[in-house]
Order: sequence, then C-alpha cells, then structure tokens
Amino acid sequence: MGGRGRLHLGFLFFFLPVALWLLLLIVLPHLELLRLSFTSSRPGGFTLGNYMAFFSEPIYWLTFVRTALYSILVTFLVMAIALPVAFYITKVARVRAGGLLMALILVPFWVSELIRVYGWIILLRESGVINRLFTALGLFSQPVELLYNDVAMILGLVYTSMLFMVVPIVGVMDALDDALIEAAYDLGASKTAIWRTIIIPHCMPGMVSGGIIVFMLALGSYLTPNLMGGKNSLWFTEQIYNQIILYFNWNQGAAFGFLLLLLSSLIIWIALRITGQNLGEVVK
Amino acid sequence: MIRSLPSSKGYRWGFDLFIAAYFVLLFAPLVVTMVLAFNDSMYPSLPWEGFTLDWFFGDGPQKFGIFNDQTNLRSIAFSFRVAGAVTAVSTFLGTCAAFLFEQEDFRFKRALYFLMIAPLVIPGVILGISILMFANTVGIFIEKLTGIYAKSLVPGFWLVVLGQSSFISTIVALVVSARLKKFDRSLEEAAYNLGANRAEVLRYVTLPYLRPSILGGAAVAFLMSFENFNTTIFTVGSQATLPINMYMQVRDGSTPVINAISFLLIAGTSIFAVANLYLGKKKESESPSN
Repeated sequence: MGGRGRLHLGFLFFFLPVALWLLLLIVLPHLELLRLSFTSSRPGGFTLGNYMAFFSEPIYWLTFVRTALYSILVTFLVMAIALPVAFYITKVARVRAGGLLMALILVPFWVSELIRVYGWIILLRESGVINRLFTALGLFSQPVELLYNDVAMILGLVYTSMLFMVVPIVGVMDALDDALIEAAYDLGASKTAIWRTIIIPHCMPGMVSGGIIVFMLALGSYLTPNLMGGKNSLWFTEQIYNQIILYFNWNQGAAFGFLLLLLSSLIIWIALRITGQNLGEVVK
Repeated sequence: MIRSLPSSKGYRWGFDLFIAAYFVLLFAPLVVTMVLAFNDSMYPSLPWEGFTLDWFFGDGPQKFGIFNDQTNLRSIAFSFRVAGAVTAVSTFLGTCAAFLFEQEDFRFKRALYFLMIAPLVIPGVILGISILMFANTVGIFIEKLTGIYAKSLVPGFWLVVLGQSSFISTIVALVVSARLKKFDRSLEEAAYNLGANRAEVLRYVTLPYLRPSILGGAAVAFLMSFENFNTTIFTVGSQATLPINMYMQVRDGSTPVINAISFLLIAGTSIFAVANLYLGKKKESESPSN
C-alpha cells in the first residue's frame, strides 16, 4: 500500500528530532560526564583518583551527606505544611474561596527563584525589614543577623519548592470523596485516625510525586544555599561549581556531578519502590 | 472537620490563623521587594526615605534607574533572545515527542519514553555541566579533524539554548501529550477516508485541535527559560542572562535597582499568569468535554 510508505515517513519525521535531542543532549553528555570523571586531570588515562579524593577529603563527603540529609528534611517539612494547606483549600474553605486561594498560591511561583530569595534577604538581613520592625517595636534591643545560617537556608528552600508539593496534593485531595470522612466521623473516629487511615493513604500518590520534585529541587539548588546559607552551610552544588568554574578542575567536577546524579536517582528509586509507583505516573 | 461537619470554634480559629500566616509569608517577600523599589535610598532596606521613581528612570549621577542601566538592559535583551530560541526549539521537539509517544508504536518505546522524562529528575546543575563538557569535547574533536574552530560550541548563546532546551522540551512534551491523549482518532480516520494524506491530516485536523496546548507549552517554555539559573550558570559565556546578572548583583550587594527589575518582572509575570488563567477558563467553557 502506498499509505504505508507515507506513514513510515511520518514516523521518521517525529522520531528523528526526538532521537537526536535525547542522544545529543541527554545520553552522550552524561556518558561524557562519566568518562571525564574517570580521567586524570593531567594528561593520562583511566584513574579512580577523582572518586578517591571525594572519600579521602572529609569536607567533600561531609558536604555531600549534609546536602542529602537537609534535602530530605526540606521534603518532609514541605509535606507537613502542604498537607493542611491543601486540606483547607479542598475541604474546609467554601468552594469559590478555595479556587481563589489556589490561584493566589500559584502567583508567587511564576516569579523567578532569584527574586523570591532576594525578597527573603531583604526581610531577614541585619539591616533588613524584620530587624527594623522588631527593634522599632522593642522586641529586639539591637539588630540580629537572621540571615546566613542553616535555618534561613532551610526556610528559603521550603519556600521556593512549596508549590510543587501543594499542587499535586490538591489534585489528589480534590478527588477524595467527602462521604468517606463523614462516615468515619459518624462512626466516632478521631481526627488523627481520619488523617492516618483515610486522608494520608489516599493522598500518597500526590505526596510521592510532590516529594520527588521537591527533593530534586532542594538537592540541585544553588541559589538558595549560596545566598541565604552561612559560611558553613556549604551545599554540594557549590562544590561542583567551585571545581568547574573556580579551579577549572573538570574531572573532579565531573566525579562530583556524577555522584550527585547517582544520589538523586537512588533516592527517587527508593521512594518509588517503597510506594510501588513508576516514574511515568509520577511526572504527570 | 470539613465543610459539612461541625468542628469546635478553637479548631476553626486555629486553622484559619494557620492559613492566614501561610499566605502572609507567601507574599511578604514579594510585596516588600516591590515596595522598596520606590524607596528614595541608596540601599534596598528600611527606613523609608520617601517616594521616588529614580530606580526606574534615574540617569545619575548617584542613582541609575533600570532604564538607564546598560549592563542590566543588555542582559534583559540577551535573556529575551535566549528565551525566544529555547521556545522555538523546545516547542518543536516537545510536540514531535508528544506525537511519537502518543500516536506511534515502535520497539524500545518504553525505554525511549523513560529517557525523555529523565531530564525532569536530573538536577539542572548536572545537565549544565554534562552539556558543557560534551560540547567542549566535540569542539576539540572538530577542530582536530577539520581545523575549524566551532564557535557555537563554546559557552555562550547556543550552549545556553541547548542546555535549557534539553529539559524544557520534556515539559512541553508532557503538556501537549496531555491534550493529544484526549484526541478522538476517528477524526483522523475520517479525514483519511476523505482522501487526505498524513501531512494534510496533521495540518487541518490534529494540529488545530492541539493549538491551545502547544501555545500553553510555548508560554511555559518561555517563562522557564527566562528564569533559568541552574543550567545556565555553566553554559553562559561573557554575556550573562538576566538571572545570572541579578545573582551577581545580589551576591555582591546592590542598589534598589534590583528591586525595580524585580518589580517589573513580578508585574509582568502576574499579568502573564492572569492572562493564562483567563485563557484557560475560556478554553474550558468553549469545549466542555475537556
């Protein structure tokens, strides 16, 4: 049939650009990253030195572990705040008010991460707005540096990634039938029991997809730890940046980059395994 | 506990208070940033020294407003050029991918689909460095082979565009796929029966149906490109994009001109968001089946 040939051409028309994109911008660059991470920075062949340096220098692997743990902490903090907010929007507020609140929640996240972080810097720093207000009100006797510490950094990370948890949870919570909660209430279940046995299990898919995105964003963040964290709040992405841009040691940077990629893939894989979901469903 | 159930006054008050605090904290940084753009002071902080438009229109000698600030203006123009190119590239790639995965069948489809969504879970920093390193290697290879210095493979405009497109294309693909899934393929079959070929079917049947989602995807792509930092920081050359230029000013301390830029960006994106919301509503009311 003549139609088959055309159909085939149609297939190639879609297939070739996509194949080139994935090959040239995703697969080969990551293979190159892997190759460079096993190459010595001085002319020479294969080496494990870049990975050895990671394990022998405490500053490297400590930063790595710190970044991972703080990213997990941020993910759970965001979840703990997003659940009641989503619950309020979908179940407590009047229906029209809920829609308006949802629109309001979206607005700040159209604005770039840099501006959001900058806003917090203006609020928190020693000469910042909060210090001015609190000293004027007599709450502080003198200005206190609220910025450049771990708490400020965590606050910034929670703030910048909040939306990616609220939206998926609102999505699944909206589909939860109110009658289930009413029935449990009529049968005398306590609020904790309703949350534990009805709401949380029902929202699990949304919590997992939100959790994966938030974790990924926190782990890969550079701006927030760099601008809001203190001298001691080094983030692993800053190590990568330093190796590549400041020291121009691409091989070491490649090894760090690959380790970060490995860590994020591993944690996402574990999260998917525990909750029995697959990546294709989660990204939708 | 929920709308239909009674709950104690204290519980309701507590919950309302929590939500109020959430929204205050959500908007406080943005509102403060915008307000301080009009403060007649050399520093982006209180006290309030009076209202001024100098951080927008000032032309020296002390205060240079954004409209007279060549460095920032150049980076804004550069960001617009990058975002335009990224939008074109990723809208094309994303739409192709949507058709490929929704309408075609081939071996290794699942594996390729997995590869396509992978950029969403790869940290942007990693995408940036791997593309930087790969482009560098290819550039050296080409130079050795042909003696030609491949200028578009060194950090700069094209590398920024490639780096951002590598994951923004995926986002466009997901947006377009979502609508293509709901498409009734018997419409295409009807067109084939009436004698149309594949190209005509695409041109007159499928693409018009997809138009809202392609436009929506393109809008998202533009915004994501304009605001991207993590991937761009590694692929950028001597000309910085706006987020990178602003980052350096924020890091090193700056005048309220940053607030003025932020004001314009927040106002611009809010208009953009409202328009998007409005168009989305209109689209829904036009086709209730969606």
